[in-house]
Amino acid sequence: MFDNVWLIPLFPLIGFLINGLFGKKIKNEAIIGGIGTLMIFLSFLVSCGILMQMIGLPPEQRVFEKVVFPWIHSGHFKADMAFLVDPLSVVMIMVVTGVGSLIHLYSIGYMHGEEGFYRFFAYLNLFCMSMLLLVLGSNMLVMFIGWEGVGLCSYLLIGYYFHKKSAGDAAKKAFVMNRIGDFGFLIGLFTLYWWLGSNHNIWTVNFMEIKAASHLLPYGGVVTVATLCFFLGATGKSAQIPLFTWLPDAMEGPTPVSALIHAATMVTAGVYMIGRMSFVFIKSPDTMMVIAVVGAATALFAATIGTAQNDIKRVLAYSTVSQLGYMFLAMGVGAFSAGIFHLMTHAFFKACLFLGSGSVIHSMHHALHKVHSHDDAQDMRNMGGLRKAMPITFITFLVSTIAISGIPGFSGFFSKDEILWQSFSNPYHGNLNIVLWGFGAAAACLTAFYMFRLVFMTFFGECRINPGAKSYLHESPLVITIPLMVLGTLAAFGGYLGMPKLMGLLPNYFEHWLDPVFELSTEYGSTYAQHGDHLSHGLEWGLMGLSVLIAIIGIGIAFTMYVQNTKLPGKFVATFPALHRAVYNKWYVDELYDYLFVNPCKAFGQFLWKGFDVLIVDGVVNGVANTVMGFSGIFRYLQSGYIYNYAFSMALGVVVMLGYFIFK
Amino acid sequence: MSNVLSLTTFLPILGVLLLLFIPKDSKGVLRNVTLGVTIVTFLVSLIILTGFQSNAEFQFTENVPWIAAGPFIMRYNIGIDGISLWLVILTTFIMPIAVLSTYTAVDEKVKEYMICLLLLETGMLGAFISLDLFLFYIFWEVMLIPMYFMIGIWGGKNKLYAAVKFFIYTMVGSLLMLVALIFLYFKGMEAGITDFGLLNFFSLKLDMATQIWLFLAFAFAFAIKVPMFPLHTWLPDAHTEAPTAGSVILAAVLLKMGTYGYVRFAIPLFPDAAQKFAPLIATLAVIGIIYAALVAMVQEDVKKLVAYSSVAHLGFVMLGIFAFNTEGITGGMLQMINHGISTGALFLIVGFIYERRHTRLITDFGGLSKQMPVFATIFMIVTFSSVGLPGTNGFVGEFLILLGAFESQLRWWTIVATSGVILSAVYMLWVFQRVMFGELDNPKNQKLSDLNVREVAIMVPLVVLIFFIGLYPKPFIDKMEPAINKLVAQVHVSSVNAQAIPDAEMPAGHPGMEQMPAGHPGMEQLPAGHPAVEVPSSPHAEPVVNPHEAK
Repeated sequence: MFDNVWLIPLFPLIGFLINGLFGKKIKNEAIIGGIGTLMIFLSFLVSCGILMQMIGLPPEQRVFEKVVFPWIHSGHFKADMAFLVDPLSVVMIMVVTGVGSLIHLYSIGYMHGEEGFYRFFAYLNLFCMSMLLLVLGSNMLVMFIGWEGVGLCSYLLIGYYFHKKSAGDAAKKAFVMNRIGDFGFLIGLFTLYWWLGSNHNIWTVNFMEIKAASHLLPYGGVVTVATLCFFLGATGKSAQIPLFTWLPDAMEGPTPVSALIHAATMVTAGVYMIGRMSFVFIKSPDTMMVIAVVGAATALFAATIGTAQNDIKRVLAYSTVSQLGYMFLAMGVGAFSAGIFHLMTHAFFKACLFLGSGSVIHSMHHALHKVHSHDDAQDMRNMGGLRKAMPITFITFLVSTIAISGIPGFSGFFSKDEILWQSFSNPYHGNLNIVLWGFGAAAACLTAFYMFRLVFMTFFGECRINPGAKSYLHESPLVITIPLMVLGTLAAFGGYLGMPKLMGLLPNYFEHWLDPVFELSTEYGSTYAQHGDHLSHGLEWGLMGLSVLIAIIGIGIAFTMYVQNTKLPGKFVATFPALHRAVYNKWYVDELYDYLFVNPCKAFGQFLWKGFDVLIVDGVVNGVANTVMGFSGIFRYLQSGYIYNYAFSMALGVVVMLGYFIFK
Repeated sequence: MSNVLSLTTFLPILGVLLLLFIPKDSKGVLRNVTLGVTIVTFLVSLIILTGFQSNAEFQFTENVPWIAAGPFIMRYNIGIDGISLWLVILTTFIMPIAVLSTYTAVDEKVKEYMICLLLLETGMLGAFISLDLFLFYIFWEVMLIPMYFMIGIWGGKNKLYAAVKFFIYTMVGSLLMLVALIFLYFKGMEAGITDFGLLNFFSLKLDMATQIWLFLAFAFAFAIKVPMFPLHTWLPDAHTEAPTAGSVILAAVLLKMGTYGYVRFAIPLFPDAAQKFAPLIATLAVIGIIYAALVAMVQEDVKKLVAYSSVAHLGFVMLGIFAFNTEGITGGMLQMINHGISTGALFLIVGFIYERRHTRLITDFGGLSKQMPVFATIFMIVTFSSVGLPGTNGFVGEFLILLGAFESQLRWWTIVATSGVILSAVYMLWVFQRVMFGELDNPKNQKLSDLNVREVAIMVPLVVLIFFIGLYPKPFIDKMEPAINKLVAQVHVSSVNAQAIPDAEMPAGHPGMEQMPAGHPGMEQLPAGHPAVEVPSSPHAEPVVNPHEAK
């Protein structure tokens, strides 16, 4: 089965080609959607086969590399189109193809009747192919094809409603911000390649070869430079400070896109990349600290913005940024498998939340359309009380909200609590640990608050939709609700795969699974780890209880403000207008970037063009030309306009010059 | 088929003779005959491609006496190696496409136009295959004239200004090169060289001062052609005013003449000077990348934007070449071909919408995707190729260039250059958005027709190559690499010699790189049995001023 790994990205590629080239002629939505969904489902089946085979193997044999064809070979450099199957990539392909299949299925219903239905499915398949290349690539360059490929698909899908200016702007912004990250990725790659090559004659970009040579890498120094560059790449792709502002704008794309690309898969690529190269990252304590700090700061910062948004998808977008921050926090404190675990549970509950919000928007849109209302179908202020009309959507949404808030028993609790505990107890960051934990805990409180605010505003209270439209609200069709139910179930129970050792009910399957991948990194880490006092189980239980309490407080505040006393939010805004305005406007980060980077660049370009090119360079040239022109009056009669005259005079000139040299 | 190279080169001239017998009013016949001739030329050139052996030697060589005037012996000395091979193929490949693009665009003086195109083709091919310095110069000049007329006669509003500017710029360079050439010849005569044969001069050992002056003269001529900052200002005007086919050829092939000139002449003839000036040239290249990208960003005319993007792309090529290692030069050579394909395609795309709307102002467009879906798809593919998205050709070239340059002494330059990949995304996606996305609100755009069969036929080969080179560049790299390894060795051996052995003791015609074992796989094997390179160096690779240590 391992040998067939190349089929996994191939199926969606076939789907892309069929729908992209012939979709317009096929026209039939069932066939187009069916092909798209079937292709990614086939990949899922192959992935399952690979998973089964791997489970049957002893841990040390769980690495397999498949070279499909040679790609770029030049000088020392060698990169093949090759795939790497190991426990980490298997987790990723399961998530991508599994969640991907559900979202494809959902899209058949959600995108029904949209112009360019075939285009949507073609892009979605193309995205899946790129994402699978990213996670399966056995060298940095194949990963980079996927890395930029998902950026391209994100661009295409955010700009799906290209007639809207905001969609075009958002698409471009996403791509450019990703490119800034890609710049970092490339420099990181060059640095690592050059250093290993010139110092140890190991010229490679292959992950397994780098891993084998990783003992040669120094702690800090050049590794810090390289990993910080890679991390810049990760902040672009995974929307971390400072490159996070594209993700909320990316909500211009259709909702299934937000679920698949901007929540479950693409944005986690940065986390995956750090996991894939953990044996390099861990060698730089400084980089690890930067990652942890950026992750924790992003988790908190994005959560604050999430509390004041009224667009249902924007709240979820900031929530995604915040949750990605948790994953980076995990990576930064050396809890790699906890980070990947949160990546997985987040894929379940966040995909469910986005798809649920899509179901709500779908219904709202339909109802508002019936009464010719132009109210915003995504604005939570127009919603309320939807739980009666849409029970399945409501229940799955609620389950996922509980999961993300960290209520015990649901998936998000296990993964998030593990991260919080590790950020407190890890041996790498000394006194910083308490700050990291504090940020994480505060963000957890805000998460519970804004998520329940969302649930209360959308599903509880009285219905604030245009009165005429109310009767048109209805539950979505099965093709939409089935993916919701599956994801809801996973959001509830997916966490039991990785139960903390502390609870002792089940072994932590997930961590064991990833052990062979991260073993070496832990070993490297232990060389500079500071082993302080042994932390007791009591402390761990206590912190766990504290984080649950914090979540409950968040929910309680949301309940008070948005169910019990609905006048409170208005009063709050009236009391702190400046604070609210700042949070509502996303702390003006976009404006700051425009002011600092975008506008100066444009002005500088104008200056170079009009000032330097036209004025200085051309001024000199034209000056020379005009002088020559002055003489040219005399020679004007030579300008006959016939080619042979020119050719003749040129030849004559050559002869004269030659003659001069010969007879001088 | 021993003289297939000559056949390829002069087939277009035969075409010109054919055209002379066709009345100027039968425009259709003129176009079809020209297209036929260029296609036949392309097919003949495929014989070269299939017969080419992947080694470092010059192949398909022909060497016969030509002109003997006093002390000047000029020979008809031609041949190709892996470096010129792909440029020859690129030229013969792009010509039918360029001809096909003129079917509706040019309706006046069709006969003269077609004659210009064919003359141009011979000029370009001749320059790529010349192994005689003087022959090269002749072809170099031959190219210039048809291009001048194409801009001056069939150009846009400011055609005369642009044509004169083009002519003056290029002429200045040519003259300098001619003087340097003749000077070099006399230097050669002192050392016993009897003709203009390029290979003879490779073994000529020039002192540093001479090398510097000669290098500067050649480099200046080529820098104008590339064009390198700050000698680039003729390009935007020439491109904007030239008819579509002219722009396509200018971008796809003519500019490569400059970069090719460095690889074929300036660097191997004057390796020490080339190394000395590498930081300066790299600096100009990197400024060009950033500068042109910033200026491209604020252009209002689509064609001008594409022209500036050319300057940036060629900056990458120059950076790769002056990395002086296999990866960098391979990337540079590959990027020359890639730029020919992608930028050629971009100019064709601009031509398509210009023919429909007679404007190139970005603000006149918007929302065209709705009306022209096929056009939108092709435009997007080409845009991403130009931006260097992995999986397209642009990536392979750009990546190898940056990788090679990073390995060399040009590390800091590379970091700045790499930021160019951000800027290229900015300006290309921005123009794409403004032309293709948004509301289709301009009434004049609402009736635009999508691409017709001819136009799709023009673009399909380019799109196929974009993906082919992007996904499987091996055949291209394999054929060019032996010649590139040889060039790298030439540069590095020279610098080793310069350090190890005093100039005076060097016998003329020392065991130069011509004796390299044919088809050797790479630098690693170089030291084996090569007397000139036995210098203590790292067990691996570059026996040079190891750039890694020269921080």
